[in-house]
Amino acid sequence: MERKSPLFSIFIHACALLLAVVILAPLVWLFVMSISPAADLTAKPLSWWPQTVDFSRYAVLLSSVENSAGAAFVASLINSIVVAGVATLAALALAIPAAWAVSRTPSVGWSLYMVIATYMLPPVALAVPLYFGLSHLGLLNNVFGLALVYLTILAPFTTWLMKSGFDSIPREIEAAAMIDGAGLFATWRIITLPLAAPVMATSALFAFLLAWDEFFYALLFTSDLRAKTLTVAIADLAGGRVSDYGLIATAGVLAALPPVVIGLVMQRALISGLTSGGVKG
Amino acid sequence: MSGTSMTTRAWLLMLPLLAVMIAVIGWPLIDTIHLSFTDAKLVGTAGNFVGIDNYVKTITGSNFQRTLVTTAKFAIISVFAEMVLGVLAALLLNQEFRGRTMLRGLMILPWALPTVVNATLWRLIYNPEYGALNAALTQIGLLDAYRSWLGEPGTALASLIIADCWKNFPLVALIALAALQAVPRDIQAASLVDGAGPFARFRFVTLPYLAGPLMVALVLRTIEAFKVFDIIWVMTRGGPANSTRTLSILVYQEAFSFQRAGSGASLALIVTLLVAVLAAAYAALVRKTAGSNT
Amino acid sequence: MLKSKRNALLGATLVGAFFATNAYAETTLNALFMAQAAYSEADVRAMTDAFTKANPDVKVNLEFVPYEGLHDKTVLAQGSGGGYDVVLFDVIWPAEYASNKVLVDVSSRITEDMKKGVLPGAWTTVQYDGASYGMPWILDTKYLFYNKEILEKAGIKTPPKTWDELTEQAKAIKDKGLLATPIAWSWSQAEAAICDYTTLVSAYGGDFLKDGKPDFQTGGGLDALKYMVSSYTSGISNPNSKEFLEEDVRKVFENGEAAFALNWTYMYNLANAGKDSKVAGKVGVVPAPGVAGKSEVSAVNGSMGLGITAVSKHPDEAWSYITFMTSQAVQNQYAKLSLPIWASSYEDPAVTAGQEELIGAAKLGLAAMYPRPTTPKYQELSVALQQAIQESLLGQSSPEDALKAAAENSGL
Repeated sequence: MERKSPLFSIFIHACALLLAVVILAPLVWLFVMSISPAADLTAKPLSWWPQTVDFSRYAVLLSSVENSAGAAFVASLINSIVVAGVATLAALALAIPAAWAVSRTPSVGWSLYMVIATYMLPPVALAVPLYFGLSHLGLLNNVFGLALVYLTILAPFTTWLMKSGFDSIPREIEAAAMIDGAGLFATWRIITLPLAAPVMATSALFAFLLAWDEFFYALLFTSDLRAKTLTVAIADLAGGRVSDYGLIATAGVLAALPPVVIGLVMQRALISGLTSGGVKG
Repeated sequence: MSGTSMTTRAWLLMLPLLAVMIAVIGWPLIDTIHLSFTDAKLVGTAGNFVGIDNYVKTITGSNFQRTLVTTAKFAIISVFAEMVLGVLAALLLNQEFRGRTMLRGLMILPWALPTVVNATLWRLIYNPEYGALNAALTQIGLLDAYRSWLGEPGTALASLIIADCWKNFPLVALIALAALQAVPRDIQAASLVDGAGPFARFRFVTLPYLAGPLMVALVLRTIEAFKVFDIIWVMTRGGPANSTRTLSILVYQEAFSFQRAGSGASLALIVTLLVAVLAAAYAALVRKTAGSNT
Repeated sequence: MLKSKRNALLGATLVGAFFATNAYAETTLNALFMAQAAYSEADVRAMTDAFTKANPDVKVNLEFVPYEGLHDKTVLAQGSGGGYDVVLFDVIWPAEYASNKVLVDVSSRITEDMKKGVLPGAWTTVQYDGASYGMPWILDTKYLFYNKEILEKAGIKTPPKTWDELTEQAKAIKDKGLLATPIAWSWSQAEAAICDYTTLVSAYGGDFLKDGKPDFQTGGGLDALKYMVSSYTSGISNPNSKEFLEEDVRKVFENGEAAFALNWTYMYNLANAGKDSKVAGKVGVVPAPGVAGKSEVSAVNGSMGLGITAVSKHPDEAWSYITFMTSQAVQNQYAKLSLPIWASSYEDPAVTAGQEELIGAAKLGLAAMYPRPTTPKYQELSVALQQAIQESLLGQSSPEDALKAAAENSGL
C-alpha cells in the first residue's frame, strides 16, 4: 500500500469520482425536479437544469390554508413526527431496563434473543390480527395506535444497542454507588445513564429513522389526516393524480430532509451504532 | 445481592418489554395461526374451521409458486449485488485519496432516504416518456429510443433491484469499511513483505476480518429482501403481468384486497416459515465462520 | 396495562369533549375521495367549502387517495370506530359493499325529484339488488379523443366511427411519419386496463358473465382482447401504454405525442384549455367507436357514487353533504371536468357553453354505457383479467389461453 504508482492513484480517484456520481446523481435529480417548472420536466430532450428556478411547490406543500393540499401534507408531516417521536421515547423506556438486565444478568439473555428474533416476522403475518385488535381498542387511524405497533419494531433494536452500551460500563462503578447506599434507579440516574448517553442518543436516532421509514403498517392502519404518515402521503401523491412530477419530487425532498440531515450531522454515531451490532455480535 | 434475587430483578426489568412484545406480536401471531385454519373474511363473517385447506390451496396454487420464484430472484440478486458493491466501495474508501472523508459522509445519504421516497424517485427516473434514465441514455447515444423499464417483464424486476441496491449497498459498504479499519496495519505490512499479491492479500488477510460483520449484514439484508413490500408497492404494484409480485404483495392482495383473511394468514405463515428457515441456516453459518476465525 | 390504557383513553375523551363543547357544537364528517380523473382535488375542496359555508355547524375533513387505493381504504376503515362517514365508490363495488355491509341502504332517503331528475343510466351506478347505496356523483365513460391538427395533416376528414377505422387512420398517421405510435391507452396492470377492455367488449357485443359464470373467454370478450393485442403488436399503439394510467395518457396526449387517446371526460377541458397543454384548442372528442354490424358506438360505465358508511355516526349530516355535492346547482357549476347526473343540465347553456363537442359525444356515449360485471367477487375477477390482458399484450400467452386462465382464476 505504501508503494503507490501514479496509475493506481488515478484509478482510485476515478473510482471515487464514479462512486460519488452514482450516489449523488439520483439525489440531485430529485432536488432539481422539485425546482423545475412543470414544462421542463416533460420536455424532449429533457432539460437537466431549469431555465427559471421555481421554489413555489415548497410553499404549496407547506401552506397552512385550511382544507388545502398543503394542509393535508403538513398534517401527515406532523403525524410522522408524533408517531416516530412517541414510539422512540417508548422504545427507550422499555429498552433501558431490559438492556441493563441482560447486560448485568446474562442468564436472562435468551429472552432478548427471542425478542430480536421477531424481526424475522414479515409484517403481513401480524397485520390481520393487529388490525382487528387495534380496531377493538379504537386505535385504528390513531397516532398512538400506530406508535404502539412501531414500538415493537424499534424496541428490539434499541435494546440490543443499549445492551452493548451497558456492557462497556464497568460494573465496579455501579457497585461503588450502590455501596454508598444509592438504590438501583438512583444508580442509573447518577452513574449508568450519563455514561451510556452516547449509546442512548444513537439508539434514539436509529429508532426515529426506522419509524420515519415505516410504510406497510401505516398504509393499513391509518386512513386520513388524523393519523396518516408522510410515507403514505407520498405514496398517494406518487400514485394519484399529480400531473406535476415536480410536486412529487418536492414531497420527497421534504420527507427525506429530516433523516438526511440527521444522517449527515450524526454520521459518526450512526456508523458506530450500525457496526457495533455487527462487529461485536 | 444473591443470584436468585438478581435473576428475579432482571426478569422484573425485562417485564415491560416482554409484555409489550407478547401483546403486540405474540398474541397476533397466535391469532394468525388460528385464522389460517379458517375461512374468515376481513369484514363480516368470523369464519369456520377448514383444517389445512388454506395451506393445501396456497402451496399448490400457481400464484404462490410463481411469486415465490420472483421473491427469491429479487432477494438473491439484490443482496448479492449489494454485498459485492458494498465490499468494493469499502475497499475503495479504505484507500487514501483527496475527498475521502466527504465521500464517506455521502454514503449515508441513500441509507437515510426513506424507502418510499427512494421508490418514488426511481419511478420518476424510469418513467417511459419523461424519465431521466431514458433521456440520459438517448442523449449519450446508448439507446436509440425511449423504452419502458417498468412495463417489460424482462426489465421490471431488474429495475426494481437496481433501485433497491442503490439504497442499500452503501450500508454494506459502511459496515465493511468499519471492519476493514479493524485490520491491524502491521499484518498488512507483513503480508506485503511476504510478497502476497493483492488478491491473496484480500483473501487471506482482509476477508477474515470482514466475514463476521458481512455475515450479519447478509442475514439482515436477506430477511429484509424476502419481506419486501414498500418499494414494489410504490413502483409497480406487482406488474407488468404480475412479474414483480412478491410474497408480501400477494399476502396483501389475498387478505386485504380480496378480504380472505383466512387464506391470507396461511400464506403469511408460509412466508414466515421460509424466512425463519433462511435465518436459521444463516445463523448456523455465522457460528461456523465465527468459529473458524478464532 | 389495559386498565391504565382505558383510563388514559377516558381522560383523552374527556379533554376532547371539553374542548369540543367549548368551541361550538359541531359535527365533523370524514370523507374519502380519489385523486384521479373526474373532479380535481381543488374542485372537491371548493365544493366542500361551499357546503361548510352554508352549514357552519358541520366540518368536513377530506381525504384523497389514488383510485387504486380507494377500495382497500374504504374496506379497511370499516374496522376503525371513527372511520369515514362519506365514501366515493366505483360502479363495480356496490355488490360487494352491500353484501359486506360497508355502505348503508339509502333508498328511503332518495326523493321523487331526485328519481325523476337524474339520468336513469346514472342510477345504475349505485344500485344493487333493488336497493340504492348512495347518490351517483360522477357520470363518466371513456371517449375517443383526437388531435385535430395531426388528423388534418394526415388528410383525415372525420374521426373514426369503427375500431377498424381507428386502426387504419393510425396506420396512415404512422406511415406519414407524423407520429411513431399514434394511439395512447391506459393498459397498466390496474382497473384502468379493464375499463379500456370493457369499452371494446361492448363494441364487439361480448358478455362478461352468463348465469354467473365467466363468458368473456369466447365471442366478443375474446375479440376485444385480440383487437388490443393487434393494436399493440402492429406498432400503432404507444408501447408504453402497458404501464400507463389515465394521467399518463393525458400527459402524452397533452404533449402532442398521441393522435388518439381513450380517456375519461375530465381530459377534454384539461387538454383543450389547460395551461400546461400543448394541444389546447386542437382537441376533438367523439364517442368510442363501434364495430361494423355490431355496434354504432361503445362505452364503459365508469360512473361513481357517494355513499354513507355503515359505521358513520352522523348519517343525516353525511346525507346532507352528499345531496349538496350531487345537487344540480353544484354539478352545473363544476361541469368542466365531470358532466352532471341531471338530465336537464344537458340543455342548460351555462353547462354546455364551450364544450358543445363533449356534450355531443356524451349524449351518444352515456346512452351506450356498458357495465362491468356485477358480482361481490369483482376484485378477484378484475385482477385475473388484468393479468390476462397484460400477458397477452406482452406475448406471454395467447388471448385465448390468457382469458381461459382468467376465467378459472376469477373465483366465479
